Amino acid sequence: MIHTAVFLQSTNFIDACYIAAFALFIYGMSGLTGPRTAVPGNKIAAAGMALAVVATLLQKHVWDGSSTPWLIVVGLLLGTAVGIPAARQVRMTAMPQMVALFNGVGGGAVALIAWIEFRHRFGGDYPLKSEIPSLLAAIIGSISFWGSNIAFGKLQEILPGRPLKLPGQSLINGALFLVTIASAIILAAGTHSQALFILGILVAAAILGNMVVLPIGGADMPVVISLLNAFTGLSAGLTGIALNNTALIVAGMIVGASGTILTNLMAKAMNRSVPAIVAGGFGGAVAAPAAGVDHGGTVRSTSAQDVAIQLSYARLVVIAPGYGMAVAQAQHAVRELERALEAKGVEVRFAIHPVAGRMPGHMNVLLAEADVPYENLKEMDEINPEFARTDVTLVIGANDVTNPAAKNEPGSPIYGMPILEVDQSHSVIVLKRSMASGFAGIDNPLFYDPKTAMLFGDAKQSVSDITSEVQAL
Amino acid sequence: MSTVTEIAILVLAAFVGFEVISKVPNTLHTPLMSGTNAIHGIVLLGGLLLMHEAHGVLEHVLLVIAITFGTINVIGGFFVTDRMLGMFKRKPDPVAAERDGASADGKGPGQ
Repeated sequence: MIHTAVFLQSTNFIDACYIAAFALFIYGMSGLTGPRTAVPGNKIAAAGMALAVVATLLQKHVWDGSSTPWLIVVGLLLGTAVGIPAARQVRMTAMPQMVALFNGVGGGAVALIAWIEFRHRFGGDYPLKSEIPSLLAAIIGSISFWGSNIAFGKLQEILPGRPLKLPGQSLINGALFLVTIASAIILAAGTHSQALFILGILVAAAILGNMVVLPIGGADMPVVISLLNAFTGLSAGLTGIALNNTALIVAGMIVGASGTILTNLMAKAMNRSVPAIVAGGFGGAVAAPAAGVDHGGTVRSTSAQDVAIQLSYARLVVIAPGYGMAVAQAQHAVRELERALEAKGVEVRFAIHPVAGRMPGHMNVLLAEADVPYENLKEMDEINPEFARTDVTLVIGANDVTNPAAKNEPGSPIYGMPILEVDQSHSVIVLKRSMASGFAGIDNPLFYDPKTAMLFGDAKQSVSDITSEVQAL
Repeated sequence: MSTVTEIAILVLAAFVGFEVISKVPNTLHTPLMSGTNAIHGIVLLGGLLLMHEAHGVLEHVLLVIAITFGTINVIGGFFVTDRMLGMFKRKPDPVAAERDGASADGKGPGQ
């Protein structure tokens, strides 16, 4: 027994556990990149995490050296008690906010850990090679915590989604950034001032996190969450260097790198560059939109009955869903409509824009939840050539991703963004709550197109109405 | 461990991260973001390792918060990812579920 205990607590065994843990992370994450292997992949990564936590808790000094080891248990239980219900109960539509929030608390943990390190280890014989990563982790963790909370607030509509910008904002941001770096240098050089750590590092980075995310318009929010995710990963990796913990270094850095890739993929899908997004204000001052272009035309509105007739006699109907479908929880109603139309022999396809909704893949998740067959979901490049032979395109709560201004109006802020070319189909029906502009705050000429008809109202209600009309025909 | 070794590990891990992620279908971007998000919750280990150094109320409170935050990040992240991925599961049986079967299996309109 004693031998077993000694073996389990030996550094070699613990290190071996860490290596096994990050091997499981890597294996699990590579599973997450394919639809078939994703579910087991996530579980494998979770198993790796459990292993890493258990291995850490096996270390003798974690328990023996502490006067209050039960606080560890309190923390773990509290986190579980908050995390599981939050994850269980969140609606699929609120997923992006949830990810932002989980990411934020991760960043917060990094910053707090760095603070403890500062209080205990700095000033003595703590080597510079631990101090520097620890200070950087504090800065990045604090930015990530506050930035993620703002992103959460915007998506949850606690804060306005529009860009909020101060004059000279980029100067202020630059100054704040310099303050954090200068404070880090002063602290690393040997000044042990807790006031400087709190004000110069934690608070300055917190303000910076707020200032950087507040001016970013809602349309860019997925990219920002992904970027902050990469940030938190990087800061966790830096914490690993400070604490000499391999599992932290590897896991943190893998997330930092993969998060960066994902951020780039998303930004590319919107034809935006990451620096431009961070520099702020999609729309903002720039969007005195499309000067000189007056859409002038009038909007034609229609009724559920007319829409039902049009759809029932079509050969190919393409449904282009967007965030409006998510907000209205209309995915199940949409699935019913698909069934009703297929029963009439109409071919139905879904056009999925990579950034429709608030996150890439957001629409896929919702439609999969409603049992829409996977092969009916078509990605943008696949569906765009199909629009020419599409009889009716039904746009449900999507706006910016269908905006032809992205192709036709060089003055438009979204010019160059790849869109679903719904304006190529024979007719377009747009389901919308009102004439308000999209999340990006840009007018959509699609609505004034003579072949477009608008059906105003709650998306779920409208779709149900159409479905019953289709079934009654 | 020497600084050089640690930086070497850091750099190699970055390349592994790039390699693993470079080909992902759009569909899986959200679950992937959420899954990697759960993984960086590993910073919770830092909280566990520092607990025995803590003195005084403030430090204990800060560490409990850090451990709680890390645990929320890990547990919430993996759970939410699992829930999202669960929705793609039915996909491999394509035609059979199409006509009538699928609606009967529980999820009516409107949740």
